[in-house]
Amino acid sequence: MEHIVIIGNGISGVTAARHIRKLSDKKITIVSAESDYFFSRTALMYVYMGHLKFEHTQPYENWFWKKNRINLKNGYVENVDTENSTLHFANGDSLHYDKLIIATGSKPNKFGWPGQNLNGVMGMYHKQDLEKLETYAPNNKVCKRAVIVGGGLIGIELAEMLHSRHIPVTFLVRESSFWNGVLPNEESQMINKEIISNGIDLRLSSNLKEIISDKNGKVKSVIIQETGEEIPCNVVGLTAGVSPNIDFLKDSNTRTESGQSIETGRGVKVNRYLETNISNIYAIGDCAEQLDPIGNRRPIEAVWYTGRMMGETIAQTICGNRIEYKPGHWFNSAKFFDIEYQTYGWVWAQPKENEARFYWEHESGKKCIHISYDKNTGEFIGINTFGIRMRHEFFDKMLTEKQSVKYVLEHLADANFDPEFYKLHEKEIVTKFNIENVSNIQLKKKNWKRIFKVN
Amino acid sequence: MKHIQNTGLAIFLVGLLTFTSLIFIGKYEVTPEILNNLIDSKGIKSELFIDNMKNNVVGKEFTNPFSLSSKIISSLETANETHKQNSEWDKVIWDKPHSFSYEIAKLSGSGIVKEHKWLFWWLTFGLGILGALMYIIPNVIVKGPPGIKNNRVWFNAATNRGWIGWFVFIFLVGFYLLLYFRPDYIVNWTYIVDPISKNISGNLASQWFLYGFLYCVVMTVMAVRMYIKYRHNKYQILRTTSVLFFQIVFAFLIPEILVRFEKPWYDFKNAFPLDYDFFYSWNLDQLIASGGLGLFILIWGIVLTLVIVPIMVYFFGKRWYCSWVCGCGGLAETLGDPYRQLSDKSLKAWKLERWLVHSVLAFALVMTGFTLYAYFSGADAVLGIKTQTIQDIYGFLIGSIFAGVIGTGFYPIFGNRVWCRFGCPLAAYLGIVQRFKSRFRITTNGGQCISCGNCSTYCEQGIDVRAYAQKGENIVRASCVGCGICSAVCPRGVLKLENGPEKGRINPTEILLGNDVDLMDLVNNK
Ligand SMILES: Cc1cc2nc3c(=O)[nH]c(=O)nc-3n(C[C@H](O)[C@H](O)[C@H](O)COP(=O)(O)OP(=O)(O)OC[C@H]3O[C@@H](n4cnc5c(N)ncnc54)[C@H](O)[C@@H]3O)c2cc1C
Ligand code: SF4
Repeated sequence: MEHIVIIGNGISGVTAARHIRKLSDKKITIVSAESDYFFSRTALMYVYMGHLKFEHTQPYENWFWKKNRINLKNGYVENVDTENSTLHFANGDSLHYDKLIIATGSKPNKFGWPGQNLNGVMGMYHKQDLEKLETYAPNNKVCKRAVIVGGGLIGIELAEMLHSRHIPVTFLVRESSFWNGVLPNEESQMINKEIISNGIDLRLSSNLKEIISDKNGKVKSVIIQETGEEIPCNVVGLTAGVSPNIDFLKDSNTRTESGQSIETGRGVKVNRYLETNISNIYAIGDCAEQLDPIGNRRPIEAVWYTGRMMGETIAQTICGNRIEYKPGHWFNSAKFFDIEYQTYGWVWAQPKENEARFYWEHESGKKCIHISYDKNTGEFIGINTFGIRMRHEFFDKMLTEKQSVKYVLEHLADANFDPEFYKLHEKEIVTKFNIENVSNIQLKKKNWKRIFKVN
Repeated sequence: MKHIQNTGLAIFLVGLLTFTSLIFIGKYEVTPEILNNLIDSKGIKSELFIDNMKNNVVGKEFTNPFSLSSKIISSLETANETHKQNSEWDKVIWDKPHSFSYEIAKLSGSGIVKEHKWLFWWLTFGLGILGALMYIIPNVIVKGPPGIKNNRVWFNAATNRGWIGWFVFIFLVGFYLLLYFRPDYIVNWTYIVDPISKNISGNLASQWFLYGFLYCVVMTVMAVRMYIKYRHNKYQILRTTSVLFFQIVFAFLIPEILVRFEKPWYDFKNAFPLDYDFFYSWNLDQLIASGGLGLFILIWGIVLTLVIVPIMVYFFGKRWYCSWVCGCGGLAETLGDPYRQLSDKSLKAWKLERWLVHSVLAFALVMTGFTLYAYFSGADAVLGIKTQTIQDIYGFLIGSIFAGVIGTGFYPIFGNRVWCRFGCPLAAYLGIVQRFKSRFRITTNGGQCISCGNCSTYCEQGIDVRAYAQKGENIVRASCVGCGICSAVCPRGVLKLENGPEKGRINPTEILLGNDVDLMDLVNNK
């Protein structure tokens, strides 16, 4: 029986395993050094905040794996012998594979800051990071202040986590406004306000210069590059992005004498079929780097959904139906303290040449939508929505059908996904658009038949 | 703010402690008049019992309800035993011993509580309400801006099955055991609500009035907590208001007012088979004897169960009843809300749930069938089984132990919907309709789920919501009561409760929205 080995029990590896099992009877082994069972990395914050226990982050009960004949092996892969198709583990074990899927995810970036390996400095990626945080920042007596370096999605989550335990937080953001490499200015400003209103000491345009140690090798303070200010703290969170977790491959590439080495760049290089340069080795999820980017997507996409989609796709290829990884329309979501964010299609931080924008903000300053469309053809390109939930299916359809912004606004009532009885804002939104664009779009009433595509 | 909350907690505990200690104070003396009145009103023919009472009870002073109760019951039981041996069936006293003893105790108590009913109302209910509100209301500020703030839920001994949870569990179970099985011990509690009962129904308070009143008070106070916790969520606000309204007006006020006008006590929203004694012969007789209103109630009760309930479930799902109207649901959604995360999400629990809840439904239906057969045929046994016996078993096992002691007592251990999930025959019935013929579903928003598990954890019915959401599949489950909390706690806006067309309501998917459309077609439409 063909043995499929997957390194990494994150969303991408586990999705691949599940689908391979559905499609075939192959022997499957998932290897991980992080945890015995698959858990949801995105939920780590809720464990620290006390919303969940760790076991709640595990999407499948423990009997699931045995029942589906998916072997789990806890161990750290140190070396891939591509000639003999064998994995070598840190503890000396080895494991033969017929096909190997590399799904090792990411690791937090460290940019060579002085003091970045001190006690009390940590990323926020692995389960072990959470355990460290629990040790160094259990409460505001032990941790009198924490400094977070890097203003992205994980940074703001870490801020919310620490805030839930009443630990004062200083948040160093390199950009002039939060996440404004991705968010347009309006949304970025809204989130700045949300961060500040939660009592976080937000420092924009601020870089970390160095982390200072006390005499026991523990963090004492940080120094800000721009101002030279020293901020005393007990914990430093490094959240300046992530990069593929493939150092073990680079090591084994240089170490192995026999066999071809796996081609890597920032990540493991793969073609559209998620195949590496070696015929029986594939890579998916955060650690995979597309040789040629797909559409407007980046070559490395470190998000949950793409990991899952690659897992769904690779299973087909492994089971004999070789198909390309062809993700559909871009979507994503996040939550910034109390403000939920969803996006469908593309809304760039800066409009491109052919793009026009429409922005509406609610008087509360906690809800807004931002639509991007083609200024010549009127074609809908994408939407950011903050504080209002919208239907994925609706926008996916709009994008596939290449509908115009006018059509989207007319049918905006179909898009709303907020709980029942919530206040609706579509009228206000359409009115604003009409005034700004001297148009006469009439909002249509919500229609179940359209929403659920029943005829 | 923390100061106010701590003071509130202290005041609440003083109220609770006072309430508990009331059981142990006061005096009881059965006067000859009380005994004579009892003999008249119950038509007691047992001289033996009367002698026993005269020798052991009448004119003696008891300093606690336990010794009084034990003397009355031994008088009763020794008398009954002799009569049964001698086959003097008309002399046997068939009343339930502790209810019988309750009636005597209620009249024979004296002392500080009975003399100062309002004072003690304030010292118990008053302090309890005040303290609880002082604890709850500052959360507007303490917990931060509106939004989901489940911080520390799993660190708190009250909500993670810690020692406070176990303590509350013991207290609640104790309370229900007293209420159902030892009402004669808690007459002092009933005294403090006598004035209120007098005002509403014109009668002195029974233990059931006490329970009804306490129920309304607890729900109201905990509804304030819900209003604060979910102040950003209009669905929760409206739902809470609705259950509160139905509890206070339909379950509490209207029935008591009916009694005032010498009509049968009836809760118009309590549908059979939850209202399991609706078809008992004494109830049918009473309704038929009460003229127009009685007849109306009879027809209403039948129409409610056979027509209104299923039609409403078709349009709105069982939530219209279970989390908008029902009293059991109402308590679960207010007092029980802090415990929702304790429900068991395992597949095993789901299996147990389906067995149990449908067995209870079958039990209720068989019992009612027997009862009706006996009623119309005049026989008192069917297939050799006495209808009285099967009613007693149901009343004891399901009506008291399951619905009360386990259903509410176990909130802090098994979560707040143990009864609704595993025991309620009406829920089983509503669930079958919801699963197979309804427009209600929880829609999953395409591919947006990140498998975080908040929805499953906070599902009071133990539904593994995530198992569906992460597959992009709508949630259509018999047990879903539509409380809407999964949708509220989801950080990615994945879940929406809605009533839409039946077609496409159940949508199993393998490949989620967002991936290659050809792959989706290939795998999902095979
Ligand atoms: C705090 C946080 C919040 C996030 N929130 C979101 C979000 O809201 N939405 C979103 O889209 N994305 C989010 N992400 C990103 C998302 O979690 C990742 O994109 C996703 O988990 C990547 O999955 P993966 O399967 O590729 O890898 P991973 O989940 O990283 O799994 C890889 C596994 O392989 C193991 N491994 C690595 N090397 C070896 C080795 N040599 N030997 C053995 N085992 C090894 C690792 O220990 C790890 O367990 C978040 C990430 C974090 C950290
Ligand atoms: S709470 Fe939302 S994102 Fe989390 S598992 Fe449930 S549906 Fe998915």
